[in-house]
Amino acid sequence: MEAAALGGGFGDAPVDSARAFRAVMRAMARPGTVEVVAGAAPPAPLSVAAGVAVLVLCDPGTPVYLAGGHDTRGLRGWIGFHTGAPVVAERGDAMFALGVWESLAPLDGYALGEPEFPDRSATLIVEMDRLEPCGARLTGPGIKGGAALSLPEVAAFRDNAARFPLGLDFLLCCGDRLAGLPRSSHVEAG
Amino acid sequence: MSEYNFAYLDEQTKRMIRRAILKALAIPGYQVPFASREMPMPYGWGTGGVQVSAACLMPEDTFKVIDQGADDTTNAVSIRKFFEKTAGVATTEETARASVIQTRHRIPETPLGEDQILVYQVPIPEPLRFLEPSEVETRKMHALEEYGLMHVKLYEDISRHGAIATAYAYPVKVAGRYVMDPSPIPKFDNPKLGDCPAIQLFGAGREQRIYALPPWTAVVSLDFEDHPFEASKAAADCALCGAGDSYLDEVIVDDEGGRMFVCSDTDYCRARRAAGHVGAQGAPEGVA
Repeated sequence: MEAAALGGGFGDAPVDSARAFRAVMRAMARPGTVEVVAGAAPPAPLSVAAGVAVLVLCDPGTPVYLAGGHDTRGLRGWIGFHTGAPVVAERGDAMFALGVWESLAPLDGYALGEPEFPDRSATLIVEMDRLEPCGARLTGPGIKGGAALSLPEVAAFRDNAARFPLGLDFLLCCGDRLAGLPRSSHVEAG
Repeated sequence: MSEYNFAYLDEQTKRMIRRAILKALAIPGYQVPFASREMPMPYGWGTGGVQVSAACLMPEDTFKVIDQGADDTTNAVSIRKFFEKTAGVATTEETARASVIQTRHRIPETPLGEDQILVYQVPIPEPLRFLEPSEVETRKMHALEEYGLMHVKLYEDISRHGAIATAYAYPVKVAGRYVMDPSPIPKFDNPKLGDCPAIQLFGAGREQRIYALPPWTAVVSLDFEDHPFEASKAAADCALCGAGDSYLDEVIVDDEGGRMFVCSDTDYCRARRAAGHVGAQGAPEGVA
């Protein structure tokens, strides 16, 4: 365990995580809106927003998959110390997966849920270079009319929505900002 | 405040509930199982709603609790005090000022806004439960989108009563997929469920289920072409404030069968009377 792993958590966990969860919930409830979060200072390459999501949602009951360049010793140590979440080698075992889009894709292999329990599906926390309310067009629950979000691609998200009620849910993170993309959102090229 | 963790529940429990809420928002109308905790109040008193509220509240929130529309009933008062004590949040009786509203069996008359969260207390989350007692079977029916039985039930209402007699907990279809029990709200409130700007969360403590309606979600009350859904209320105006558009409670006022109808939403009625509206039996504001 490196000393660096011990820092960067919430200063006042009950209150910080309550505020952070509100932002995450608003993001997931309103696809296309970008929320700002604070409170986590995770080691690189994890963004503040992804770090906040991990602190709010992960614990010993949620296996985490670290994709590509996110599978670092520092990050394993930080997640292990602050959340107790086990880091798994197989994406299919994960409830949460962390990484950049290129490392997380293709989306085959993650838990999609079961017809009788569609909630037993993975949530992907995607690190983005930019996150803007423009680009791909979103419609569906949580969206009045239409929304737009700078997604890394369209086809994978469109296919994911086509599996509804099965499917993956996404938290897209960039710096201290995050947006949600649940499986219920229909995605078209903008 | 030092005696309790913020909002009473421990952090690991809140994380578990928060994950369930996110999945519920991602699959509108689907009931997500969660590990409901013992709360310092009996089942049937809103333990599901309380756990959802505890997982959602933040210190800056203004919290409102209503029971059948009223802010001043035992259940509402005790839950409000519970969170005043354990979360230190501000509380209000005014719908428009609240950021989180926990409700038992009503949707406030005042339209909700984008920044509000409505938390429902749910006794029986499964809309098919009275038709099919087996959880294994109802789960299969939801998976296969096999909702014919629900229409048979509504049809039996029509054949027996000449109209759909279901007056509360009227089943709805959410975003064209899941049939959902909107909790025992009067069917008068059903039209407010859909295309609502607020986030709506449903918590069933005893039955250990959480489900949700994201804002702006299509919610359709089940019906038939020749027997369309009708949001009904007592054919009267509020006796105190004169409102003709609000859901009314019938109050028996003497032993002679005398009765009056008053707004079930106490805040709505109070605000109308404060604005000078007077019903048939109401006294103008400020006059005893």
